Amino acid sequence: MDSLQRKKYWQENLKYLSILLLIWFLVSYGFGILFVDELNAIRIGGFKLGFWFAQQGAIYVFVILIFVYVFLMNKLDKKYKVNE
Amino acid sequence: MQIQTWTFIIVGLTFALYIGIAIWSRAGSTKDFYVAGGGVSPLANGLATAADWMSAASFLGMAGIIAFSGYDGSVYLMGWTGGYVLLALLLAPYLRKFGKFTVPDFIGDRYYSNVARTVAVIAALFVSFTYVAGQMRGVGVVFSRFLEVDINTGVVIGMVIVLFYAVLGGMKGITYTQVAQYCVLIFAFMVPAIFISLLATGNPVPQLGMGSTGNDGIYLLDKLDGLMTELGFRAYTDGSKSKIDVFFITAALMMGTAGLPHVIIRFFTVPKVKDARKSAGYALLFIAILYTTAPAIAVFARTNLMETVQDTPYKEIPAWFTKWEDTGLIAWTDKNGDGKIQYLPGSSITGKKPLFLEERGLHGERTIYNDSDTANELYVDRDITVLANPEIANLPNWVIALVAAGGLAAALSTAAGLLLVISTSVSHDLIKKQLAPNISDRKELLIARISAVFAVIVAGYFGINPPGFVASVVALAFGLAASSFFPAIVMGIFSKRMNREGAISGMIGGLAIASYYIARFKLGWIGSPETSTSNEWWFGISPEGFGTVGMLVNFVIAILVSRFTAPPPEEVQEIVENIRIPSGAGDAIEH
Repeated sequence: MDSLQRKKYWQENLKYLSILLLIWFLVSYGFGILFVDELNAIRIGGFKLGFWFAQQGAIYVFVILIFVYVFLMNKLDKKYKVNE
Repeated sequence: MQIQTWTFIIVGLTFALYIGIAIWSRAGSTKDFYVAGGGVSPLANGLATAADWMSAASFLGMAGIIAFSGYDGSVYLMGWTGGYVLLALLLAPYLRKFGKFTVPDFIGDRYYSNVARTVAVIAALFVSFTYVAGQMRGVGVVFSRFLEVDINTGVVIGMVIVLFYAVLGGMKGITYTQVAQYCVLIFAFMVPAIFISLLATGNPVPQLGMGSTGNDGIYLLDKLDGLMTELGFRAYTDGSKSKIDVFFITAALMMGTAGLPHVIIRFFTVPKVKDARKSAGYALLFIAILYTTAPAIAVFARTNLMETVQDTPYKEIPAWFTKWEDTGLIAWTDKNGDGKIQYLPGSSITGKKPLFLEERGLHGERTIYNDSDTANELYVDRDITVLANPEIANLPNWVIALVAAGGLAAALSTAAGLLLVISTSVSHDLIKKQLAPNISDRKELLIARISAVFAVIVAGYFGINPPGFVASVVALAFGLAASSFFPAIVMGIFSKRMNREGAISGMIGGLAIASYYIARFKLGWIGSPETSTSNEWWFGISPEGFGTVGMLVNFVIAILVSRFTAPPPEEVQEIVENIRIPSGAGDAIEH
């Protein structure tokens, strides 16, 4: 793998990271903390939405984020032939 | 059968299982001892990491903290899970590719400096010792509650068990016992939760039951908010902490989680980089099962408590109430003399624990002599939330015994993981890497075992004689991990320009400011008590959240210093290039 390829691989990896971490920040710090009062005006069943994100939703999204990352990186590794 | 008999049987069986696994998975080399030979499957590692991560506090304490703090408790839920996203995306795969045994290994090699290695060793030892003392105490508490032995005897029994499988099996023994411990603890946590959810809402899934309607057709959370505001409490779904504080505490717990050495080293045990990513996903999935159930239990327990006790005559109270009163976890004083229980805001007692008198009161209750002058008549220990669940739901005795085994599994698995960090820090990072680089593998393994024994004894000593700061262990351990390891490792991977000078000064700066703040506002070692109140907090940030500031200080100092000093040598920049590419991790571990 030459240095140009390495650079490209790393850039794509960083792009995935920024998108996933943005979502990570949004569901926890955003929905669960900063905008919790605004979201609490919306209700889903017995839950106020902001409260739900803080005690349930953020955690579900975290789990999904890691598995999406695993999927994306496995694909990226194959594309650059650095998979094992 | 009696609860006591069931408890002896179930706890005895689980202990026999752990010891059996330890004998089966003895460590033959340092590689076995440090990283379980590097051959653990991602699924097994995920299970082990989850057990390693969830301590006695998660198992017994968290639902209670949430039940009594409502929305404020969310900081622990988000903080102790969100860190795994950082771990999976920013640390685990690269550290696995790096392929060494410990966190100080990475810091020392990446920053080409034994000073950096030593700073990392000291931080790792400090974080792990504060954390493990609390775990040994937890083992003692579970023993004393369920088996009616003395707390100190409980600590000693716990020490012997951990000693056995940590010393014999090292990481290999610990990993496979942790897999078994996860199964025990999650089963013990979920069975009562499912039954209680069914009872309260008719929905067997606690996560859904929490947002369902009760038997009266009213949403459970609405009912709880109503009950609480009616009596003058803050609504359950509203917070009392400032937004900035909630933000900073959550961040400190997340970065701290991602920086805790005993969690990070778990990712050295899988064969490939790909597996490290995947096993972080499994770990969080297994953790999430408990962490999304805990807030549901909290809601059921709080509602149940408020409905059961409010204005109920003491003579008509259910049996579980008087049982826990006998153990001192519940205390009632009939302040207005109406013979009924009033549960209102404010503490019903002065000080932290009720102090009981010998004689019984007018209604047969245990009398206390430290009642406060608030109208609240009821003291309830938060730990009761998980402990009393099976009885409140009228579950059979074996379920109660199961909860005891689950609490022990949670405490023992975490203690073992921490002890391993302590023993490798001594045998590998201090002796092999610095003092005696030429010792043979067998000798190093022997030293690792001896330091594990030593670590168990020290941890047990702290468990029996808890130092004053154990209550602040969480703030300390997480604050220090967040302000030292997390930035140093992240910059070591993502910045090729980061050099020795930057990393060392950053870690020292971050550790110093975080320690100062905790010593000042949490422990009261610096400054007078009048100036250590929450009014004096910088920007309104509590000591629990200050690790985030320590982390930011670390980043800023490190970046500034590195810009004014020489870039790292060519070969170190090559290490960074190399860890960014996942292939070839299998061989890297042989060194």
